[in-house]
Amino acid sequence: MNGVEGFMYPNEVGLQWSVLIVLYPFITGLVAGAFILASLERVFRVEAVKPTYRLALLTALAFLLVAPLPLQLHLGHPERSPEMYFTPHSTSAMAMFGYVYLWYLMAVLVLEIWLDYRREIVLWSQSSKGLMRIVYKVMTLGSSNISERSLSIDERVGYIVTLIGIPSAFLLHGYVGFIFGSIKANPWWSSPLMPVVFIFSAMVSGIAGVMLLYMAITKLRKEKIDIHCVDTIAMYLFYIFIIDFSLEMLDLIHRIYEADESFRSLNFMVHTQLYFSHIVVQICLGTLTPIILLGITQVVKLPEIVRKRIYSVAGCLTLVGIFAMRWNVVIGGQLFSKSFLGYTTYKMSLVTREGLFVAIFLTILPLFFLWALVKLLPPWPAKSLPEAAAGD
Amino acid sequence: MNISRRQIMVLLPAAAIAWKYVLAGTPEESPNYKMSEHWWSMLIDIPKCIGCGNCVRACQTENDVPDGYFRTWVERYHVSDWKMTNPEVVMNNPMIAPEVISPDGGKEGFPVATDESGKYFFVPKLCNHCADSPCTQVCPVGATFISPDGVVLVDQKYCLGCAYCVQACPYGCRYIHPEKKVADKCTLCYHRITKGLTTACCEACPTGARQLADLKDPKDPIHEFLKTHSVQVLKPQMATGAKVYYNDLDGSVR
Repeated sequence: MNGVEGFMYPNEVGLQWSVLIVLYPFITGLVAGAFILASLERVFRVEAVKPTYRLALLTALAFLLVAPLPLQLHLGHPERSPEMYFTPHSTSAMAMFGYVYLWYLMAVLVLEIWLDYRREIVLWSQSSKGLMRIVYKVMTLGSSNISERSLSIDERVGYIVTLIGIPSAFLLHGYVGFIFGSIKANPWWSSPLMPVVFIFSAMVSGIAGVMLLYMAITKLRKEKIDIHCVDTIAMYLFYIFIIDFSLEMLDLIHRIYEADESFRSLNFMVHTQLYFSHIVVQICLGTLTPIILLGITQVVKLPEIVRKRIYSVAGCLTLVGIFAMRWNVVIGGQLFSKSFLGYTTYKMSLVTREGLFVAIFLTILPLFFLWALVKLLPPWPAKSLPEAAAGD
Repeated sequence: MNISRRQIMVLLPAAAIAWKYVLAGTPEESPNYKMSEHWWSMLIDIPKCIGCGNCVRACQTENDVPDGYFRTWVERYHVSDWKMTNPEVVMNNPMIAPEVISPDGGKEGFPVATDESGKYFFVPKLCNHCADSPCTQVCPVGATFISPDGVVLVDQKYCLGCAYCVQACPYGCRYIHPEKKVADKCTLCYHRITKGLTTACCEACPTGARQLADLKDPKDPIHEFLKTHSVQVLKPQMATGAKVYYNDLDGSVR
């Protein structure tokens, strides 16, 4: 039985949302952030980050494919989840998930990736052998037209898709924030800042994630890391992180200064049960440390190798910090009683459907998806792309 | 009108989905019972509650409520005396926070109070059947809904078990049924009240501390009671339109 301190309403003792619901905003955050990074190059013409453009898109897709899994595993009746599409409840923030998800997956991400890779897909469908040839053939969707004009249309449509994609990425993750922020019964969640904080923290985690992946994959491929690219990404990470942190602090200061009826209860929780995950991991280790580290690279001129080390450490800490932030929102919001008179505890199970092992599996799963996607659609310029005759 | 086979292929599934949408949210019916003629609520007379737990037991038996979960429960509040030596400290002190217990939902009554000082009272809780219920607002598929006669119900054949409604209820009145894996809550004994009976908890209350009330019935004594007593709902700041009215509710109750 969960340990209860003080008084909880009797139905509140067990937590409703487990570690899987922590993973869900973490994963969608990575998706949204990765996409925003990709759009930096495409829409805002930040040429320096070009080496990560395709990798960011594939990362977004790999994580987006996994995003609904923790939700499905959490549902009491996963087989009924299609009802969200067929009979959505118009006043429910959650009901829109299906539509936002499908829109983002099909209309934005897959379309953009396809348009961007179309030329290569056509070439690969002509040059590869066996099963892969069939796979690429299917992926051309029957069009092998890679004439100059056709490619320039692709380029323009791709630009528009990215343009639509930016607000869509904001919608995807802002909506996740709204799911929590709109619950007036829960003062830890209820805040109009929640969607905004979620969007900025998503950008932070996505950018840090792609930066780490780029450095790791380039190292694995025994290629040279484009330091100019990583420098630029780190700079964006630094500034967006500062906005994110400011918003979170604004929320915190506002709560402390207003000190409404829930304050004493929440304050106690932050100083006891949430102290480690909130103060130590999220704020000190996962936010202040990476901001200071990244800040140093912005101010002091450091040798390349040191910068790379700093970026790796700061990136890892950032991901830990953002995960802790999701944890503190989802789990923290359920540890106190809505009577403000007591606290419960969360004991994570190990091998159950919503246990630790499943959570670890779901965290690693996107990396396998990414590996498969990278195999299928190599995001870096091929050393010798076959310049086969372009069909018309 | 000519409808081609191809059009029928499109129209039939669309009609099926539309029909499902219409059906979702239709409560079980009872012959001769007109939903439009009722607007159900409950009156809780706190000074009359003796904390016997009869209501909790009756509810569990009537509605097959699983152990450890509660459609209704009773809390005992103990509010200490002001510390007369330094009352100003009390405002910022947990001492002013009431000491609340509800052992097993008050099902088997309460232990004897040891502290003589301060005041004690019992507060029975149940779903407030809010007119603007936050729980029905958030349900992604509309499996939980307010019936036309003002009762918040759950269609358990339709509920996904996402627990969003449990999070949205400010009163802690909902839970996920451990076997059925769907949201469960007080139905105000809908199967009884539509047949002209009162709820199991009201029936079992020995002191009449709980009374089912029909706000649309001009002859219901609730109207006279509301006129002549100081009545409050729980957490009025939540603006949920709660319909469980508490007589003589202490300000410390959460």
